[in-house]
Parts: sequence; C-alpha cells; structure tokens
Amino acid sequence: MSKKQHYKITVNGKEEEFLAEPRELLIYTLRERLNITGPHIGCETSHCGACTVTIDGKSVKSCTMFVAQADGKDITTIEGIGGPDDLHPLQNAFKEHHGLQCGYCTPGMITRATKLLEENPNPTEEDIRFGMAGNICRCTGYQNIVKSIMAAAAEMNAAKEAAE
Amino acid sequence: MKDEVTSREERIDNLKGMGCSRKRVEDARFTQGKGNYVDDIKLDGMIFGDFVRSPYAHARIKSIDTAAALEVPGVLAVLTAKDLEPLGLHWMPTLAGDKQMVLADGKVLFQGQEVAFVVAEDRFAAADGIEAVEVEYEELEVLVDPFKSLESDVVLREDTVDEAGKPVDGAHGPRKHHNHIFTWEAGDKDPTFEVIDNAEVVATESMYYHRTHPCPLETCGCVASMDKVNGKLTVWGTFQAPHAIRTVVSLITGIEEHNIRIISPDIGGGFGNKVGAYPGYICSAVASIVTGKPVKWIEDRMDNLMTTAFARDYHMTGRISATKEGKITGLHCHVTADHGGFDACADPTKFPAGFMNICTGSYDIPTAFLEVDGVYTNKAPGGVSYRCSFRVTEAVYFIERMIEVLAIELNMDAAELRRINFIKKEQFPYTAALGWEYDSGDYHTAWDKALKAVDYDGLRAEQAQRVEDFKAGKTRSLMGIGLSFFTEIVGAGPVKNCDILGLGMFDSCEIRIHPTGSAIARLGTISQGQGHATTFAQILASEIGLPADSITIEEGDTDTAPYGLGTYGSRSTPVAGAATAMAGRKIRAKAQMIAAYLLEVHDDDVEFDVDRFVVKGAPERFKTMKEIAFAAYNQAIPGIEPGLEAVSYYDPPNMTYPFGAYVCVMDIDVDTGVADIRRFYALDDCGTRINPMVIEGQVHGGLTEALAVALGQEIAYDDMGNVKTGTLMDFFLPTAWEVPNYETDYTVTPSPHHPIGAKGVGESPHVGGVPCFSNAIQDAFRPFGNRHTNMPHDHWRIWKTANELGLHG
Ligand code: FES
Ligand code: FES
Repeated sequence: MSKKQHYKITVNGKEEEFLAEPRELLIYTLRERLNITGPHIGCETSHCGACTVTIDGKSVKSCTMFVAQADGKDITTIEGIGGPDDLHPLQNAFKEHHGLQCGYCTPGMITRATKLLEENPNPTEEDIRFGMAGNICRCTGYQNIVKSIMAAAAEMNAAKEAAE
Repeated sequence: MKDEVTSREERIDNLKGMGCSRKRVEDARFTQGKGNYVDDIKLDGMIFGDFVRSPYAHARIKSIDTAAALEVPGVLAVLTAKDLEPLGLHWMPTLAGDKQMVLADGKVLFQGQEVAFVVAEDRFAAADGIEAVEVEYEELEVLVDPFKSLESDVVLREDTVDEAGKPVDGAHGPRKHHNHIFTWEAGDKDPTFEVIDNAEVVATESMYYHRTHPCPLETCGCVASMDKVNGKLTVWGTFQAPHAIRTVVSLITGIEEHNIRIISPDIGGGFGNKVGAYPGYICSAVASIVTGKPVKWIEDRMDNLMTTAFARDYHMTGRISATKEGKITGLHCHVTADHGGFDACADPTKFPAGFMNICTGSYDIPTAFLEVDGVYTNKAPGGVSYRCSFRVTEAVYFIERMIEVLAIELNMDAAELRRINFIKKEQFPYTAALGWEYDSGDYHTAWDKALKAVDYDGLRAEQAQRVEDFKAGKTRSLMGIGLSFFTEIVGAGPVKNCDILGLGMFDSCEIRIHPTGSAIARLGTISQGQGHATTFAQILASEIGLPADSITIEEGDTDTAPYGLGTYGSRSTPVAGAATAMAGRKIRAKAQMIAAYLLEVHDDDVEFDVDRFVVKGAPERFKTMKEIAFAAYNQAIPGIEPGLEAVSYYDPPNMTYPFGAYVCVMDIDVDTGVADIRRFYALDDCGTRINPMVIEGQVHGGLTEALAVALGQEIAYDDMGNVKTGTLMDFFLPTAWEVPNYETDYTVTPSPHHPIGAKGVGESPHVGGVPCFSNAIQDAFRPFGNRHTNMPHDHWRIWKTANELGLHG
C-alpha cells in the first residue's frame, strides 16, 4: 500500500476530486470510486477494449492507466456520450442493426467508434475493421458492429449536410 | 373502435410476434452503459476476496502461513482448507459425480488451483495480502499427457485407490487404472467390429481436438451477502443455471433452500463457462457468513483461462468403413478424454461423455460403436460445452473429419460422399445406431441449396486450376474448400434420461396478465446475450395475442422465477420456449371461456384469431385479448376464477435436432501459412424461426467462435503443467480485422414434437463451423497428400503442414 495522493479529473463534464493511491488503475477509479460502471473490465491487460474511454480526445484503455497518469485530464465514458434524452446516433444504430448481444463490449465499442468517426467520418468497411481491432467482442462476430458503425456514419453525415 | 378498421395484417404486425425481426428490448440499457453485470453490484460495507493460487501443477502442500498476510493493511481474513473443513466445505461435489477441492486440501493438482482465499477491504489490498501468504510446496511428478497418465505409477487422486493401492470404482463404474475416471460405451461393439473388419474400404484416423476455453468477455464472479438478521443468503453471480446453483448451495451448506436467493444479473456472455459451481462462489459465501459483510469475488482474465471451465481436450481415433461405391457401413470411435485434476464436466448425469454418441452425424450408418475413457491429469478441471450441446462439437468434428478422410480413401468428392450417405427425409423420425431418435430433417434439400449457392462445381474447377498453377510455379497460394454438414442434438432434455445432480432437465414459464392487457412472464432460464427478453415475448405475443412490446420477460432471480435448469446446450428455446408456448396456451384456454361468456355463446363457438376471439362465422363479433384480460379482473364470471395467470413446466418428449450445411472458401499462402477466408456460406435449419435478426446474429457469433477454435485458440500446457496461454496475448480471440463477412441462409424443417416447432440455433454455427474451417485448410493440401492435421490451424501449423508436404521446395 502506498500513500494516498490528491487527484482532480473531469469525467463527463463533471469535476471530481479525491484521494487515491497512485497505483489505482483508472478503470477502478471510474467504476468503484465514481460509480461510473459503463466501462467494463475484460482483461486488464490492454487487449479487449471493454474499458475504453476517451481521454483528452484520444481512445484509451482505462485498465492500463494509473489514476496518477489521469490527473488533470478530461475523460468521457459511454455515460457522457448519450442518454435516454440525447441518444448518440451510434447508440441508436447498434440497436437498429443488432450490433450487440450480451452488451459487455458495447460501451467500449461505442466509445471507440465515436472517436473513429470523428477522425474518419467516411470510413470504408476495412477502415472500420482496422480501427475497431482493439475492441474484442465475443458474441456478435463483428459483422453487425461494422454495419452499425457504417449506418451511424451515414446518419451523422446526412445530419451534418442538412445542417449546412 | 380502432380495432375494427385495422386489417388482419396490421394486427399481426402490431403483435411483433414470432417470425419478425423485432429489435431487442435489452439494447437500450446496454448501449447507454446501464447494464447491470455482477461487477457493477455494490453493497454497503462490501469487501473483496481473491485467491492465492498454486504456481505448480502437482505438488504437496507442506505448510500455509497466513500470519504476514493478516498484518497487511486492509486484509481482514484468510481462509484455507482447514477453515472450510469443519463446515464440510473444503471439497464440493461436481456436476459429473466427482468432487473437487474448494481450497487445496494437502496438495494441488493443476497450476492456478485455489490454495487460500484472502478477504480484504478492496481489491488492491487483497492483492497485497495474496503476496504475503507463504505456502511451502513439495513438487511432485507432473502428468499432462492422458496416455502417460494411464500408465503412470503416480497416483494423482488419493481417493481413487483403496488402502492396498488398488483402484476403487468411480461415479460411472470401475476404473482401469488409478488415474482413469470412467469408461462410457454406446452402440454394439462386436457387430461393428465385424462389419469394419470385413469391409471393402476402411479409413482410419486419429485426431486431437485440443483444449480450449469459452472465454466470455466478462469473467466469472459473484457477490455473496449473508443477512444474519433474517438468516438469508443472497448471491448475485454469473450463473447460467441459477436454480441449480441454489439447490447445490443448499445441499452442501445445509441452509434451507428458501433461505437462499440466487440472482443472475446481466451476464456478459457465457458459452458454457458459467454453468458450473466454482470455489470462488463457495469461498465468497463462507467469507460473508464469517465476516457478516457482503463479499465480492471477480476472476481476472488469467484466473478465468487457467482455472474455470476448459472445453474439449478429446483424443479421438476413428475407423469408418464403406462399400467401394461409398456407402458407409460402420463406424467406430474411441476417445481418450483429458478431464484434468477433477472431473467437473457439465454433462447430464447419465452422460459422462455428453452426447458424444451423436457422432454418427447426419449419415445413415447401420452400425456403430463408441467408447470414451476419461482420465485425470495435472490440468484444470472443466470439460464444459463451449457454445455447443454436451460434447456435440467434438462429435461433429470427428464425423466430419472421418467423412473427409474416407473421401480420400475412396478417391471421391467429399460433397458427393455426404450426399449418398445422408439420412433421407422419409426416414425421419430416424433412430441412429448409437440410440438417438432424430426428430426431423431434410438434409438433401439443404445440401443442394448450399452447393448451388456457392457454385460448388465452379469452385472445384477453380481449385483444380489453382493446383496446376501452383505446380507450374505461377502462384504460391492454394485454395481450400471446406465442407461440413452437421446435425446437433440440443434441448436437454427429457427428464427420463437427462438430469443434473438428480434435477430433471425440464424448464418453466409463469405468466401473469395484467388487467389492462400487458403481461409479465418469468422463466427458469437466463439470457447471456441471446436476447430472451425479446424473443420469448415474441413467442408469447403469437400465443396470447398481446403485443410483444406489452410483455416483460424476467429471468434469473430464484425468489421470483419458476424452477428451471438454466441456459446452456441450446436448451432455452427447445425447453423454456416450449414452456412459454404451453403456458400461453393455458392463458388462451381460459381466455376462450371468458370470451364465450362475454359474447354469450358456447365456448366452442369462438375461435382465436391473432389478438382476439371471434364468434365462428361472425368475425364482426369478437373480444380482443385486451378486453378479455380486463374482464378477467373486473367481472364475476360464473364458474371461472378471477385473474389470468398460468404456469407451465415443460418436460420435452425428445431432444431437437437442428442441422445445417456450411461451405468455406480459403486462400492459403503456402509460404507464410496465412489463411485468408474468402467466403463463408452458412445454411441453418433450426426449425421454426422466432426472430430472424437474432438468429443471424447468433450465427455470426457462433461462426466467429468456430473460426477462433479452428484457427488458433487453445489452452496449451508445457511438460511442467504450466499454462502457456493464460492471457489474451497468447489466447486467440479474433478481432474485427480477422473475421470475414458471413453469408447466412436457411431452410425450415419444424420439430414435430415441439409446440412451436423451434429447435434452437445458438450453438449450431459453432458446432458446424469448426469442422468447416478445419476442412478448408485440410482440403487445400489434399492434392499434395494431406489426410489430416490437428487443429488449431494457426499460421505456424499451416506453414509446417506445407513444409512437411514438401511445398517449400
Ligand atoms: S479491460 Fe482494459 S483492455 Fe481489457
Ligand atoms: S456483445 Fe457480448 S462481447 Fe460483444
């Protein structure tokens, strides 16, 4: 056990301040300290992507970051992407196209996909398969995940065009 | 009234009943991060438990010193076998009639075995505590090869021998050796041997179906909470069979069953991993009883891969005989089954090798004989059905490889060999040589449809050209055409021959219709991603004429759900789905009486039509189910009890036998061993289709798990019994990048004995997919003399095959 330190992070727009051991992994800070249980744990070794969050604009596997490394950073989890009154198009597309089964990978998948579409609003199927390769799904075989992301991209682009 | 102007089609659409691709009701919470999985559960004062695990595969434990661990800040208690012994909980019964150590009792039998349970204020403190527990081991000779184990003087399990060192009988009869668990036989030995010994053509092959693991994305875990005031133990956990767990917990702890509540919250995939009872569950419950606090235990990924629920590990040798024309005459299969240190297979009691005796497959084989020998080794226990019905994946792999080898022996096309041996449509119900009665099938139609869809003849022509080009030095790539035709046996099962720990494998559904025409139904099963809340509501919608959107489905809480045996072996649709339909029919029968009363006609004068009862011959006179529901609660109807509820316990008369035809086309780079899946066509016949969207999703997922197993996924050990594939770095889980797009197709041959004709589909693609991928690899090398190579066909092994066949010049 090491001494507790003072940390300040912003999660889904809300500032959080607390004392924690620096060795605490960020995923536990989120899940256990802050009760943000959308991001899940599938491996704790950076392989599965269930714990994916966005930190300062980048997709990060939060099981592989100490809370000390996240000090002062701005974090978005699935809870900050959309809720009952403001569903993100990806959340809707995953439902429409059966992009999930057990749902365990889904928060990480969707969180990752929001970044993918930000970086590449018109991805090909290959772009999606490559860009999502850090997120493992054991249930769907990915086909409908790819379809969901394609559909969300189309919808987001159409909405953007309509707005312009 | 709106109803009167709505067309019949609109009324049907409005129900979102069977056959429509209803969107899943589960998805809203999952896509918004609001699922409630076991690790999301947080109770006041909750503490954490975790295991000290053995680094050795076989060792005697000389001492365990917990003093230093108890000094670690945050550590509250450390349990060892000594603490559990007075409670009789240091060992627990397994589902296979064996017993298993909960915490190491004097020795360890596999790497990662649970030695002590450290309870602490948080996970990090528990980890510190684990480091501080001092265990002194004396290493013993390790047996990882079941064949060597059967010859070794080393006694792995002291309870397998008497005082004189002689083997004593096991749960399934006499032992041949102290490390032998059981022999299980099916079929007729002598007649089969006679046929094979005198046959015109015999193909013999040995194959190893390697050890692997279901590895759902969520590991196993639980939260146990003993309420000392009320004397009630509540356990939330990753349980595929919550009621069975409740009964087991009651039997081994002595706590009365009504004082135990088992809850399966959302489950992040199961695939067989979450059927069994694990030491973590027992230790958490004990720790909660001891400390009076809720205790959470969650496996990490290494724990999961190394200790809970391996699958397969079958060494199979087969002989198949045929006439010169290719008509199969006999089949013999011998299996040496590696069960690890404890026999913890999750099989129905009377089937220690599961339904391996479905290994005659889809073929009309007049005589057959199967023998399975179970063996102890220094590996983890398990033997679960990884996305398949009990050992059916092994059986189908075996026969689909034997067919290919026989085709080589006969110098015949493997598709044609299958066609001439299929059980014919008119032979159903068909009793196979190893005893099962197949309910229905139309294999020829499915096969022809599949071969036509992929232009099979065209593919073979292209392949022949490729071989020529390869020989001419124009390409370094070979083409493989993988075929498989599988028959599954699912829906365990008839109580007369299927039970687990004496519990009949029926299932159940209880329905309550609310006065305003919505409903709740509770089932004895539990979804792990299959979408039960969506599909069971569809079955009910069609049966009782209320919209699926107005029906809540609830599962997984033993205090509220009716007793059932849970979800695995594709049994939910065949068994609980049938219970649902039957309970719905009871509702409908009562509704019919109410409707007749309201319409002032005789009961027999009304008939059900979509969402209402109409007077025969006068369709304008009707009562909708909604109106009937209201009447059930607000009117005194002579001779009829108020309310509208029903419960059904369904004991299926037979299993169901889904089948399918798969074709895979691969391009294989001979120099790198990389196999590129160009095409995968999957035709499934699961009988009546409840939700095509969900079926397709199940097929994609099952095929991907088949790809994984066939092309790289394994639990491998070194000679010291060290697990070489204990993390996701080494254990292959395909990503989106490695997985192709699948083409799905179907035929519909309803099950004649199932109330709605449905057969179950979740596991078919895995069962049929593994041999299909494997056959594609093997087929690519057939022109160069390949008969059989063992899975998993990772790049290295494919390269090695090419190298051994002399293809690297
Ligand atoms: S839990 Fe973080 S990548 Fe798997
Ligand atoms: S939906 Fe189960 S892991 Fe992706």
